[in-house]
Amino acid sequence: MIEIKSLYKSFGEVEILKGISTTFEKGKTNLIIGQSGSGKTVLLKCLLGLLIPNKGEIMYDNMSHTVMNTQEKTNLRREMGMVFQGSALFDSMTVLENVMFPLQMFTTQNKAEIKERAETVIERVKLKDANQKLPSEISGGMQKRVAIARAIVMNPKYLFCDEPNSGLDPKTAIVIDNLIHELTKEYEITTVINSHDMNSVMEIGEKILFLKNGVKAWEGSNKDIFKTENKAVTDFVYSSELFKKVRALYQ
Amino acid sequence: MKILEHIGRYFMMLGLVLKKRTKTSVMRRLIINDINDLILGSLGIVAFLSFFVGGVVSIQTALNIDSPLIPKNIVGFATRQSVLLEFAPTFMSIIMAGKVGSFITSSIGTMRVTEQIDALEVMGVNSINYLIFPKIIAMLFYPFVITIAMFLGIFGGWMATIYAGFSSSSDFIDGIQLDFNSFHITYAYVKTLVFSFILATIPSYHGYYMKGGALEVGKASTVSFVWTSIVIIVVNYIITQLLLA
Repeated sequence: MIEIKSLYKSFGEVEILKGISTTFEKGKTNLIIGQSGSGKTVLLKCLLGLLIPNKGEIMYDNMSHTVMNTQEKTNLRREMGMVFQGSALFDSMTVLENVMFPLQMFTTQNKAEIKERAETVIERVKLKDANQKLPSEISGGMQKRVAIARAIVMNPKYLFCDEPNSGLDPKTAIVIDNLIHELTKEYEITTVINSHDMNSVMEIGEKILFLKNGVKAWEGSNKDIFKTENKAVTDFVYSSELFKKVRALYQ
Repeated sequence: MKILEHIGRYFMMLGLVLKKRTKTSVMRRLIINDINDLILGSLGIVAFLSFFVGGVVSIQTALNIDSPLIPKNIVGFATRQSVLLEFAPTFMSIIMAGKVGSFITSSIGTMRVTEQIDALEVMGVNSINYLIFPKIIAMLFYPFVITIAMFLGIFGGWMATIYAGFSSSSDFIDGIQLDFNSFHITYAYVKTLVFSFILATIPSYHGYYMKGGALEVGKASTVSFVWTSIVIIVVNYIITQLLLA
């Protein structure tokens, strides 16, 4: 579980996050949504420890990030998996080597054990045939699956995804969403997804945090989002013609 | 003020190179890859340039000696001094700032823009140690490249002199041996080692801290080449003043 308490983050004079407080529960798919520039990526980077908040606290399973020593922060990093928007695969390594990488860096397992574990995870994301291919030789959807495999290979407690289905066709996007959702349940991970894709919200949004101009404008589940009267949320959700039609159908 | 910020950040980066080290087995593989890319991959261009520049130096020297009072062995002497003292260590390093430096900046810069460096950081890897330390170690083999440049530069000079008929082989070899001071070799290798560190770290700095997209990777490579060259020239002056003056 991740608990955020009154988080503030500024860059110079510009205040990006303004007192965000929320909780992301274990074994649930939590989504941070909002328009571009609403502070989603900054919040995610604060959760990952890539940015230091100016004020506020982030608790990982009741352990505050601010009071952790260097070793505890390093250990925490190893309990995190991250799927980047552009996959961020190491392009000089094959698919198998990419997935083996965290194990080679941080475990004392021998080469055979590392390979076996990596192959199991690759098989779990249904990519067995691509083991020896380079990231440039596989499709965007397959790259996302490799990124997911690399993120979960160390059995993380926390999984962070930055727009995991951006640049993918709707069908592949659903496959990726469902894969993340299944893995969240299977491994009991606290998953936090940064997205502005309403399909993801509808499919897997068990907990949704809506940000507007760096402020928490609304939170709830995918079931609540269509019932809310919050203007900021309705403006965002019904900005597309498709969802306007869905609403008309519901009403 | 901006330049002071860059200098400060460069030294802070160097301070992080040895912290939170990458596992030895992984580091060994990275060093071997970098030796292959930075050292072995440069041998061809170094050999080609050294041979022909050595030839040009000897031809220019021979063509500028009009007086019959100047001995013929001066061509070999001038070629040796030019190649050993300046051409091989300094000017070859400036060429390498373009070849090796651009490669380092663009490869690290591409990792930055494609979030690969962020991925390393999120995993808890010290990305500065992972990316820059193997390059510094690989560049310790750079004196080997310069040795080849020295040998081929003088060899090219000898070939050009003999085949163009400017002097005899024995005159040229006599010139090479004339007033030989072994400290000049020490001076050349001291310079080379310092330049190898500059060649590994300044381009790494420009790649690591770059911001933007593909266009900025290209710009960072150019800026890196300019600054690496400037630093090499300034450091060359300082070392020469300290060791030879």
